[in-house]
Amino acid sequence: MGECAWMARGCAAAALVLAGFATASGQSLTLGVGAPVTSLDPHYHQLSPNTAVAEMVFGALTQTDAKARIIPDLAESWRAIDETTWEFRLRRGVRFHNGSDFAADDVAFTLERVPSVPNSPSSYAIYTRPIREVQILDPYTIRFRTAAPYPLMPRDIAQVKMLDRQTHAQATTEQFNAGVMAIGTGPFRVSSHRNGERIEFERFDGYYGTQPHWQRATLRMITNDAARTAALLAGDVDIIDQVPTSDLAKLRTDQRLSVAEVTGLRIIFLSFDHSRVEATPFVTDNDGKPISPNPLKDQRVRRALSLAIDRAAITERIMEGSAIPSAQFLPESGFGYVQALNPAKADPEAARRLLAEAGFPQGFRITLHGPNDRYPNDSRIIQAVGQMWTRIGVRTTIEAQPWATFISRAARQDLSSFLIGWGTSGEGTNPLRNLVATFDRDKGYGASNRGRYSNPRVDALTDAAMREIDDPKREAIIREATIIAMDDTAIAPLHIQRNAWAMRRGLALDARVDELTRAQDVTPTGPAR
Amino acid sequence: MLVMSVLVFVGVYAIGDPVEILISPEADQIERERAIRALGLDLPLWQQYLVFLKNALHGDLGRSFVFNEPALKLILDRMPATLELAFGATFVALLVGLPLGLYAGLRPNGALARGIMAGSILGFSLPTFWVGLMLIMVFAVQLGWLPSTGRGDTVDVLGTRWSFLTWDGLRHLAMPAFNLALFKISLVIRLTRAGVREAMLMDYVKFARAKGLHPSRIVLVHVLKNIMIPVITVVGLEFGGTIAFSVVTESIFAWPGMGKLIIDSINVLDRPVIVAYLMLIVLMFIVINLLVDLTYTALDPRVRLEGRT
Repeated sequence: MGECAWMARGCAAAALVLAGFATASGQSLTLGVGAPVTSLDPHYHQLSPNTAVAEMVFGALTQTDAKARIIPDLAESWRAIDETTWEFRLRRGVRFHNGSDFAADDVAFTLERVPSVPNSPSSYAIYTRPIREVQILDPYTIRFRTAAPYPLMPRDIAQVKMLDRQTHAQATTEQFNAGVMAIGTGPFRVSSHRNGERIEFERFDGYYGTQPHWQRATLRMITNDAARTAALLAGDVDIIDQVPTSDLAKLRTDQRLSVAEVTGLRIIFLSFDHSRVEATPFVTDNDGKPISPNPLKDQRVRRALSLAIDRAAITERIMEGSAIPSAQFLPESGFGYVQALNPAKADPEAARRLLAEAGFPQGFRITLHGPNDRYPNDSRIIQAVGQMWTRIGVRTTIEAQPWATFISRAARQDLSSFLIGWGTSGEGTNPLRNLVATFDRDKGYGASNRGRYSNPRVDALTDAAMREIDDPKREAIIREATIIAMDDTAIAPLHIQRNAWAMRRGLALDARVDELTRAQDVTPTGPAR
Repeated sequence: MLVMSVLVFVGVYAIGDPVEILISPEADQIERERAIRALGLDLPLWQQYLVFLKNALHGDLGRSFVFNEPALKLILDRMPATLELAFGATFVALLVGLPLGLYAGLRPNGALARGIMAGSILGFSLPTFWVGLMLIMVFAVQLGWLPSTGRGDTVDVLGTRWSFLTWDGLRHLAMPAFNLALFKISLVIRLTRAGVREAMLMDYVKFARAKGLHPSRIVLVHVLKNIMIPVITVVGLEFGGTIAFSVVTESIFAWPGMGKLIIDSINVLDRPVIVAYLMLIVLMFIVINLLVDLTYTALDPRVRLEGRT
């Protein structure tokens, strides 16, 4: 009898405690992300997860909204005074987490700091290099003079998070990582950081913009796909990103969850070797002897290889609906999208005819390379492409390797054709300049043009677009360049990935096309839990 | 340790280029060259190695390319988490494995003993990866008894953070430790059982029984001490292996230990961390072997360390 009473009292106490937890958790959010954050220093390493956290803690002059459009942030307005000068008017009354004021001098300090962060494996200096001179007109007006016309200034400056001269003058990356110096103007402040494991945030009540709903947020890094999904199902996290495609179908129908999907900005494509005029290493004739001149330099061969691919089948069966087929760099919402350029239906007959026209009626042999641990279903995609090519007479061997080995080989032009992806910024000059413009160290073109494609017309148009401040004119130039490059099959685009998040029912997400997961984009729907 | 460092340098160089992996796709050529210089990768390989050696003699094993923190500090920060896991797994293995093994050895033909042996086969043949995910599905998702991933709340002791001192920490530790322990439990059961069966036939056991000693004293004092040598050897080796390479369990359970750090570093070719880590592991294995040897002398007076008579 005494035992029963004791048990009853114990249960009641436990229930009270749990109830207390339930109401407290109504104000806190736990996010489970698949890619680890390497640093809290917003100028140290350009990496998506770092950017996502930086957008929670810091602010920039402009920012991109969920559809990758530029909107004001720390700058209320901006305009191009002339071809090489941009003027930004700063928002007043903005404070850093420690109470310090934000003004033009902090912008100048930030631009000085960015290129000087030591040991950065990938710095943000690419966004500040075009700025030759900073002119402070008054505490809330600042002008940037650039060496050449720089139409991308408003977009690029969104990547440079603003720091405070008084607070961060001597700040080191280590101090940011320890949380001590992670002081910004953003909606959250960092309360603790366990490297590679979790970051705890608290809402900053002095934030000038829309207050996020959550008093506390925890970002947990769970890199294993299955474990991340299990954490969501177990209720340990409220929302996960990078939902594995194999789980999507199940999660979409689960009553306890809701899934948010949006077409993203990452194009998956095949690259061809344009660098060799003579034989290319992984293309041989049917007897195994190298073929000279390089068949991949013939536009008909490339076009045939692209025509043979059934993009619809790949996106439906392999990607399970989490991608859309594409024939160009950008999705429909992109700046520079060409309406008329749609992915062609697979046409093996036409492909064979083109190959015969190019002098390969019996086809040839090729090895298609790709990563096996980088993009969703990457090794399965190249296996499918290999089968489609073999069907038109191009006997394909597949080689899928870990990213570390693969990318080094691709960068050295060791490969003939390979699968790779590219995350655009949503602005058409980005893929043109990086993927199909001729490799030019001084201009900074073609840094990711690993196939070394080179077309003077595309180069001329890319140059013109990079200098055109007027938006509609620039868009027209981008479209023209895209049509030429795609007609020439510089690369063979396959599909654009859709970004998927899964969350417990009762939450809604402002899903972003740039894949970033930020606590301020999550809001509760219905009664607060 | 020197050999290990050379091997890692050459190995990482052969695999690929860290800058290519770490650099943002947006970076242009000038930025790439700057990054290469910043990380010291523009020097020829032998020169990079000499720079490393010079710094190593001062105790600086390099800074991580990814985190820009001293590699040694990164590893030592994560060591408490992995040590908790390793000790927890070994503790569970001994706690569960020894009694079961003793029982199976003392009553080898009973149904329960046969059941234990069959279970031990499962223990070392089921892949850790699968078992871990199954544990999460059953205990976290279906039953909701335990948290699915991560490390629990920690307490600061002597400057390092330990989670086994908190209840929340123990709840988080339970599944990963058990996952790691499974293989060890099977080993311990089988070794103990074999040892017991052999020892029970020995003369000293018959003599002790004839003297009239209580059976439990015979088993727990005399037999146990004599069969411990193979058990300790294996547990010692396993312990070292767990500390060094509990990659799978740490990845699945998002346990922030050294195993996860090393696999992540290998994937992005963060060479300073790989070198520092592997050198540390070599050192650790040497120390563990020494401790195991010392334990031999404590357990078995017939064994003497070399050099003494």
